[in-house]
Amino acid sequence: MTRLFKSREALLALVIVLMTALIAWRFPAFIAPANLASVFNDTAPLMILALGQMIVILTKCIDLSVTATLALAGMAAALMNGAGVPLPVILLAVVVLGAVLGAVNGLLVWKVGIPSIVVTLGTMTIYRGVIFLLTDGKWVNAHEMTDGFKALPRAVLVGLPVMSWIAVVLIAVFAVVLNRTSLGRAFFAVGGNPHAAVYAGINVGRTQFAAFVISGALAGLAGYLWIARYAVAYVDVASGFELNVIAACVIGGISIAGGVGSVSGVILGAIFLGVIANALPVIGISPFWQMAISGSAIIIAVAFNASQSRVKGRIILKQADA
Amino acid sequence: MTPVLSLRGISKSFPGVMALSGVQLDLYPGQVTALVGENGAGKSTIVKVLTGIYQPEEGTISVDGTAMRFATPGDAAKAGVTAIHQETVLFDELTVAENIWLGHAPRGAFGLIDRRAMRSKAVELMRSIGADLDPDEVLKDLGIASKHLVAIARALSIDARVVIMDEPTAALSHKEINELYELVETLKAQGKAILFISHKFDEIFRIADRYTVFRDGQFVGEGKIVEVSETALVQMMVGRSVDQIFPKRTHNVGAEVLRVAGYNHPTEFADIAFTLRRGEILGFYGLVGAGRSEVMQALFGITKPSRGACMIDGKAAIIRTTTEAIAQGIVYVPEDRGRQGAVKGMPIFQNVSLPSLAQTSRGGFLRLAEEFKLARDYTSRLDLRAASLDQDVGLLSGGNQQKVVIAKWLATKPRVIILDEPTKGIDIGSKAAVHEFMAELAAQGLAVIMVSSEIPEVLGMSDRVIVMREGRIVAEVSGEQMTPETLVRAAAGIQEAA
Repeated sequence: MTRLFKSREALLALVIVLMTALIAWRFPAFIAPANLASVFNDTAPLMILALGQMIVILTKCIDLSVTATLALAGMAAALMNGAGVPLPVILLAVVVLGAVLGAVNGLLVWKVGIPSIVVTLGTMTIYRGVIFLLTDGKWVNAHEMTDGFKALPRAVLVGLPVMSWIAVVLIAVFAVVLNRTSLGRAFFAVGGNPHAAVYAGINVGRTQFAAFVISGALAGLAGYLWIARYAVAYVDVASGFELNVIAACVIGGISIAGGVGSVSGVILGAIFLGVIANALPVIGISPFWQMAISGSAIIIAVAFNASQSRVKGRIILKQADA
Repeated sequence: MTPVLSLRGISKSFPGVMALSGVQLDLYPGQVTALVGENGAGKSTIVKVLTGIYQPEEGTISVDGTAMRFATPGDAAKAGVTAIHQETVLFDELTVAENIWLGHAPRGAFGLIDRRAMRSKAVELMRSIGADLDPDEVLKDLGIASKHLVAIARALSIDARVVIMDEPTAALSHKEINELYELVETLKAQGKAILFISHKFDEIFRIADRYTVFRDGQFVGEGKIVEVSETALVQMMVGRSVDQIFPKRTHNVGAEVLRVAGYNHPTEFADIAFTLRRGEILGFYGLVGAGRSEVMQALFGITKPSRGACMIDGKAAIIRTTTEAIAQGIVYVPEDRGRQGAVKGMPIFQNVSLPSLAQTSRGGFLRLAEEFKLARDYTSRLDLRAASLDQDVGLLSGGNQQKVVIAKWLATKPRVIILDEPTKGIDIGSKAAVHEFMAELAAQGLAVIMVSSEIPEVLGMSDRVIVMREGRIVAEVSGEQMTPETLVRAAAGIQEAA
């Protein structure tokens, strides 16, 4: 039992299971496989964005501009669709555009040395401003989008929508990249101890740059998925959602100080928020409670992590005595 | 004459280290007492005891003959003791006047700060020490010398009777130093008791009236400066230090591995040239801030020398980044292990493999089994005590963390290993293990550079010693020339022979 509690991922999973059981007790339909799949699908954009945010936070940075990148890439996708650009080209374009926007963040952090919170606070406004310039503030509505454009995220493949499959594939890729590649290791080392990373021959700035590029590329992809799914594009798409993304990371045990975290934690963090967002309206609890619950979850998660590291301190002393 | 402040039998210990054992110190009004001692003699500790930051376990502090207890820095300030630190502890974003009066500003109506009085009194105070600074100037716009003046004005503002100056001239230019000396004279004339900590013999003999010598946390002697010679003072500082046992080494020095020529840096060092051979331990001695670590960091590609060449095995080597240094077989175990060494939160085996990932991965993918094997090979050689190699490095004790860091560098199979203060802050038992290990590395043909500020360690371990002072190499000694006296003289810049 103690061992189980030691892994914050296991604990979070347990909390999610208990919470789901509680909801199922009131509304058994909630745990019908089809509904769970739809909750997962609903949470997919959050997961995708949180994976990108996670590596940025691992390197001691933060990316507030993810949803602005999402909105700009999504609008670009909608406009390209309107201009008759084929879907595969659009998909490639949103990923590249997202990566470029991420690279702008990354370069400002790496080469100019501006703290990432300031850089992305600026670019989040600039990127949304660009959408306004592109569209004069006009919306792109469902009837202005082709059916193929709107259908892709919903197309069902082996029982799950494409959007869910994209999230699943990305989770797998991230698990491999973070645990089994030098770049993944570098993210941890740079955040864990930037000075030591320099001595070990790791370029700290370049690693942070890479994190921003990846986060941007994922935001770009999520931009298409979001716009196509909700079939509307406008300046304020997903505005404020970046805080949910960061919340998913924090609840999932990603240390805001950098260097600590896991893919499974982030995904569980996102699922936690996804379950709350989907279940509370079903039970008839007001959305304000939803905010209060996710807010409390953040504080509890951080407090739990802090208390856990204090327990570790006592362990050292015992070993030193032995 | 009776001392203003008198310490008797002061002892202070830290886990594993006796920082001060039964030391005494007397400070007299209108006199400058120089506190001299090697690095680690306990000078900084006594300053912290005097300013209430540390509480001694034993001993008495008396002010004007009355025993006092400085439980907090506030108590010390109330008793009139104030310190001007190496790095002045002032606030960059506040003005001169605000810095002087922070915490005890003159009050006006409703207990609010009277800014006008604050400014005029600040001007008055500064005039009394011959300073002419604008009280509204923000501190960060001032030079170091002016900041010192502000610190001194602040000291006077709390009616200090004892002023502690901890290496005040370390960062000053020649002209600024002379101004500081004048200021010390002014303070003396005002009857302040001054404790002056310095490594520079010329200034000690110029401005001090008395001296007190500490060695290894113990009081060695005191007296009037006119009654002592430089040589006598050096001997008191160095003394017959506690016999430390160093591993016996066979000196079989091989072919030249590294040659550094004409290394220059615009601000940190100049004209650095030396050679290093296989199986050799080359000691780098000097005072803190002599530029030794800076040279090593340039050699390791962290900073860039503006000029100079480096040859490895007779071939010119270009080292621009740490990655290139590691590829050339040079590794650096930094002094600040907490900041520059281990990545806490990361398991031991990943810490060890961090610079060697190119070797342990294949096709861009890491092979954890290989990393584990590498970590096991090198940590077992160092007798690392850990529950598992999967354990977080942050959970290990200091000595074991040091072993992980050394294992990390050995795993890169280096030709040259640079150890910066390898035994700083670790207990005596671990020290012996590190020394043992260093000897073993040299015996295996590795070329070792050891930067150390501890004379017994430098003498006990090195085949050859280079002494640096103010960014330059001032002496290179080997064999019989390697005596404590030569090292201290060279490092302190004492010119004439004994």
